Amino acid sequence: MAELTESAETTSSPRSPERFTMGWRVVAAKEFSDHLLSIRFTILIVIVGLAAVAAVYTAAGGIREAAEQIGSSDDIPGLFLKLFTVTPEGSRLPAFFAGIALLAPLFGIAFGFDAVNGERAQGTLPRLLSQPIYRDDVINGKFVAGLSVIGLTITTLTMVVAGIGLLRIGVVPTFSDIARLLIWLLVTVVYVGFWLALATLFSVLLRRASTSALAAFATWVVASLFALLLIGIVADIVSPVSQEGNAEEVIENARTQRNLSRVFPQALYQEATVALLEPEQRTFDVLGLLILQSPGSGAIPGPLSLEQSLLVVWPQVTGLIALTVLCFAAAYVSFMRQEVRA
Amino acid sequence: MTATAEAAIVTEGLTKRYEELVAVDHLDFQISKGEIFGLLGPNGAGKTTTILMLLGLSEPTEGQARVVDLDPTRHPLDVKRVVGYVPDNVGFYPDLTGRQNLEYTAKLNRISSEVFESRIQTILEQIGLADAADRPAGTYSRGMRQRLGIADALVKEPQILILDEPTIGIDPEGTRELLELIRNLRDDRGVTVLLSSHLLHQVQSICDRVGIFVRGRMIAQGPVRELAARHIAEEVVTELAVTDWERAGEALWTVPGIKRIDRQADHWLLVSEKDVRPEVSKVLVERGIGILHLRRRDEGLDEIYTRYFEGEDSGRIN
Repeated sequence: MAELTESAETTSSPRSPERFTMGWRVVAAKEFSDHLLSIRFTILIVIVGLAAVAAVYTAAGGIREAAEQIGSSDDIPGLFLKLFTVTPEGSRLPAFFAGIALLAPLFGIAFGFDAVNGERAQGTLPRLLSQPIYRDDVINGKFVAGLSVIGLTITTLTMVVAGIGLLRIGVVPTFSDIARLLIWLLVTVVYVGFWLALATLFSVLLRRASTSALAAFATWVVASLFALLLIGIVADIVSPVSQEGNAEEVIENARTQRNLSRVFPQALYQEATVALLEPEQRTFDVLGLLILQSPGSGAIPGPLSLEQSLLVVWPQVTGLIALTVLCFAAAYVSFMRQEVRA
Repeated sequence: MTATAEAAIVTEGLTKRYEELVAVDHLDFQISKGEIFGLLGPNGAGKTTTILMLLGLSEPTEGQARVVDLDPTRHPLDVKRVVGYVPDNVGFYPDLTGRQNLEYTAKLNRISSEVFESRIQTILEQIGLADAADRPAGTYSRGMRQRLGIADALVKEPQILILDEPTIGIDPEGTRELLELIRNLRDDRGVTVLLSSHLLHQVQSICDRVGIFVRGRMIAQGPVRELAARHIAEEVVTELAVTDWERAGEALWTVPGIKRIDRQADHWLLVSEKDVRPEVSKVLVERGIGILHLRRRDEGLDEIYTRYFEGEDSGRIN
């Protein structure tokens, strides 16, 4: 017996808590390589890559013509960013940023919908949790891995697009163009993070991967299509427009609609994108926009500096981060409270 | 050494309630170091729930467990570092090879790559999976997965090995090999083994002690032979077939100790207090009745096991 005890002692290393604190890194590293080798990653990269390159290729042509008409291209601030935002007339492809806005939820859902229930279905979850790691290491590691893959993909894609754009239009980006693009990338990663967190939440709550994928897609569709309809109805109740329809009431109604829409991440992300990539965007207030557009307003149309644009989008970005954190927290808490054998 | 220092696993009044259902009801048992303990009970008896509480993966409602003298609820990581667990229907990442699956476990256990590479190779050879190690785990058969599960639990060089239903879905030959493997692990490495099963006859051969676990309660525990002896002592059943049934019937009543005769289609069952074979054959031969078959029915452990399960409603049998 003495011998047995001794052999058991020698195989065990000293108990030190710091040895276990990095469990999420091991999980993240494994998930990251799994994602990169997965078929779903290949499919997504092909779809998004093709769409992006095609969009920019046509946009570049449009910008060159426009720039030639105006004159020296150096004089137009943010011309480089037009590469990402312009939809040339007659083109059926959306601009790059609109394409990303459309496909970002797809990315998030694709890398999150089977995060937890996939482990359950494979029978790997009890084995994983019986290793000396904290339970949250699993969900944190998976979230970090998903976000890294998506961040890497979108960054690479944006670089490729910028490269093609540079070759096609020959416009050198200014410092502020690059800064705007980088901030936009960060915001995009947060936005995708929202959908990743939502999909992860469904993967915790729903047993089957197909059900959770469906639930996440349903949320996406409902939030995209029916949200506007609902917002219109609610806004009409909160700030009704009378039969005569005086201007104040109409403006108030429009304001309510816009404020309500900010509950949805799509609206927040869209506003943030516009303000970041189109320096001319000065405000999102309905009345403000009206004044700016009226000929006699005296406002001089022109691009905002980077700092001023950031001030415009600050609330939207904060809102987006809050929604993402909220969603991840819900996934985290429900995973921590769940029985291993649910 | 005191008794507690020798114990690998101790539970005291361990209880788990899910709303209405009591999954585990004031469970008390103790497993000594180096022992193979079989937790036997029908499906849904609370075996897996008990195991999850021992691993700190589920919190007890009442009572406590001590694994290598640690409370799994308070120190789950320290417990999980020394306990290897092979869950019921163990699964692996199908796209990774068997070896890669084990390497992931090694990394999660913070074992450095210099150490784990050779360790995994040794384990794979011992477990008989060295040839299949570089194939995707998705291509493994049920038996191979089970063995890989044991390999996976061994990567951390555990002091305690917990196996939940290790023999399910494996053919008899595979089961025999698996059990032999478990016994060797105990013999060679001094690992304490807790295994759960609902098939007593499969695992009885390797268990030093078993606990019979029904509806969350441990209704009997001890060495298999002892549990069996308790019941064999009560009555003996003898199978009998003869050439002349009518005359045999009369003759048998002269044998003392026979309590009852059950007449089956092609044989009789003589229920008696002790072994009556010598008297029966003597009586029959004296009367010129041919004996076609005479055999004492061994009270199989399965029968004892069934009896325990049947007896569960009448309360504790001890």
